[in-house]
Amino acid sequence: MNFDLTEERQMLQDSLRRFLADRYTTKTRNDILESDTGMSAALWKDLADLGVIGALFTEEQGGFGGQGFDLAVVFEELGRAGVVEPFLDTGVLAGGLIAALGGTDQICRVAEVISGTLQLAFAHGEPTSRYDLSRVQTSAIAQGEDLVLNGRKTVVVNAEAADCIVVSAREHGAIDDETGISLFLVPKDAQGLSVQGYALLAGGRAGEVILEDVTLPTSTRLGATGQAFAAIESRIAAANVAMCAETLGAMETATALTREYLMTRKQFGRPIGSFQALAHRMSDLLIEMEQARSAVINAAGHLEQDRVLRERHVSAAKNLLGRAGRLVAEDSIQMHGGIAMTQEYELAHIAKRIVMAEHRFGDCDHHLERFIALSAA
Amino acid sequence: MDLSYSDEELAFRDDVHGFLDAHLPSELSDKVRAGIALSKADHERWHTILNAKGWLAPNWPKAFGGAEWNAVQRHIFEDACALAYAPRIVPFGLSMLGPVLQKFGSKAQQDHWLPRILSGADWWCQGYSEPGAGSDLASLTTAAVRDGDHYVVNGQKTWTTLGQHANMIFCLVRTNKDVKQQEGISFLLIDMNTPGIEVRPIVLLDGGAEVNEVWFTDVRVPVENLVGEENKGWTYAKYLLTHERTNIAGVGFSQAGLAAVKRIAKSEMAGGRPLIENPHFAARLAQVEIDLMAMSTTNLRIISRAAAGQAPGVESSMLKVKGTIIRQEINDLARRAAGVYAMPFASEAVAGANDALPDPLQAGPVAKQYFNNRKLSIFGGSNEIQRQIIAKSMLGGGK
Repeated sequence: MNFDLTEERQMLQDSLRRFLADRYTTKTRNDILESDTGMSAALWKDLADLGVIGALFTEEQGGFGGQGFDLAVVFEELGRAGVVEPFLDTGVLAGGLIAALGGTDQICRVAEVISGTLQLAFAHGEPTSRYDLSRVQTSAIAQGEDLVLNGRKTVVVNAEAADCIVVSAREHGAIDDETGISLFLVPKDAQGLSVQGYALLAGGRAGEVILEDVTLPTSTRLGATGQAFAAIESRIAAANVAMCAETLGAMETATALTREYLMTRKQFGRPIGSFQALAHRMSDLLIEMEQARSAVINAAGHLEQDRVLRERHVSAAKNLLGRAGRLVAEDSIQMHGGIAMTQEYELAHIAKRIVMAEHRFGDCDHHLERFIALSAA
Repeated sequence: MDLSYSDEELAFRDDVHGFLDAHLPSELSDKVRAGIALSKADHERWHTILNAKGWLAPNWPKAFGGAEWNAVQRHIFEDACALAYAPRIVPFGLSMLGPVLQKFGSKAQQDHWLPRILSGADWWCQGYSEPGAGSDLASLTTAAVRDGDHYVVNGQKTWTTLGQHANMIFCLVRTNKDVKQQEGISFLLIDMNTPGIEVRPIVLLDGGAEVNEVWFTDVRVPVENLVGEENKGWTYAKYLLTHERTNIAGVGFSQAGLAAVKRIAKSEMAGGRPLIENPHFAARLAQVEIDLMAMSTTNLRIISRAAAGQAPGVESSMLKVKGTIIRQEINDLARRAAGVYAMPFASEAVAGANDALPDPLQAGPVAKQYFNNRKLSIFGGSNEIQRQIIAKSMLGGGK
């Protein structure tokens, strides 16, 4: 049994934490949030140079990590600093799918991702799919040598900035069949593809991706016809590990800010942390933090395992982080009082990151049901 | 024991519904339903409509131009307004200052200020909290020093709701530093256009600009704007807070919120079925509905006692704690129900460009409301302070 990080991961954690503490201040981020693009191109490049994206890919893929614990280290630090840049979307999701499924012509794009010169998005969810991964209505119909895509993809994070979008579409089967789903690497400027963008509450931007008779050569398909589901599920598992780690990092910041505030804010002539009603709540948060950290370790440590074992731990972590995250976000705000409701105070953004993480790839209810189903299997 | 309204009360409720059907502009209720912030003109429009009907000040005596309704009538009215998505009546003049002036103000103050509250000539805001005086309000330090026939005010107030619209502010100020904190506070009425006042907006975590800081630098206030006696302001402040706490349970808001959750959960699909049929979500929904049904009766029990002339004491603290927990739980359910559609910053911002995008649920800014309503358990005496009041009444002792 050894819960220490490897030397390489420890170095990455240290350098990333130092860089972000120095460069990613509340003011810097609030300026990013108010910008039209919702991200900083300069910070993206600097973080890529620091190895943040390379750590998300294996050595065979051109990176130097790619395991569950690599994702956990990177995203915990991104979460701690409340980073809004789309490393999850470009790196873990779309980049990871290209690396997992792409042919030689496609897989070369991964080097561009790692160097920070290519932006990507993964367009999968649809208006009626909620958190179901197999519910794909968008169609890909063969027409001569080509394929024609039609459908609507919803809340596609980073769709506007993406140079290419990895789009899921159904080539055969019923609407919620696992077989029949293919992935396509679609250039953003493809005829018939349009994006309507908007800002997200917790930072970053997303868009509705509309596909109207988007005609693509079959060479844009990633992997075998109709066989993409397993790769999608596996990448969403990685994304959920990353988001759980990000949430954990954000919870660390929330509890650190709250602890500091309880010790310095005085009312009735003494620090408010000396009131037992608040002291006990703070203790509960710290207990839940330890649980959350263990859940992230469990999920990260099983990401390379067989499907049922992997998915069971991922759903367990997403469920626990959903519950513990809500508690930490709400109680941190409550114990601060009004100050935590102001956008210029660090906790405001951090609390939004924590709570809104539940809305991507399943909230605690969804993952509770999934855990039950996987346990019965 | 009879759980139904009397015939008289039912007739009154019909009147209220009839009035709302006929006179509540749909442009206003549509905004409230969609969770879109109301403009100053929106608030003033509804204010004027209610004033024309004589229903603007349900809690004021008829002698001052109020409706003089009892607690049950007020409850029926507030519930009906919430369920019809009527704008909230801005409470600072009507629910807070009005009763204070009626009880402690001079005849001249009553004659001057009360009609102006009803007509909308003045928009009042509240100068209570300070950066260093939140839950411990009595520690406030904004100072008023007598100089001839004026007070000179220096200091800072914060969390001043809708202060950007206000032309008048009622303030708690320190007029004596050498006595017990509560005995050196006075209640002053201050014209916001006086030189030396600066209003700075505070941007909240949901992007909204509803609260402000108000800074006072050598602001000269005529002594006739002192309410009651110098250094007795704490008594008036506490009296005001009891009025702030009418409708504190927010049952109507919760019922409207629950209806909205059900509407979202009927259109949002999960696993090919409407979310409302999902056993897990249905259980969450049922749990809060059960709590709300009981809360509604708790509220009516306390209101009935109040209507019979017994002043609610510690019960209002209980209503505040449980009422806000339920409202916040409903906000949580609403964001949960909306799934990925809770993520956009402001769906109303893009709704105009293309009604179908990005939110086919028309869920509105549910996550913004979830975050904004974290304030419910903080303001008006935090839930921790309320629990302290409850504990003290039963267990005695200090903190």
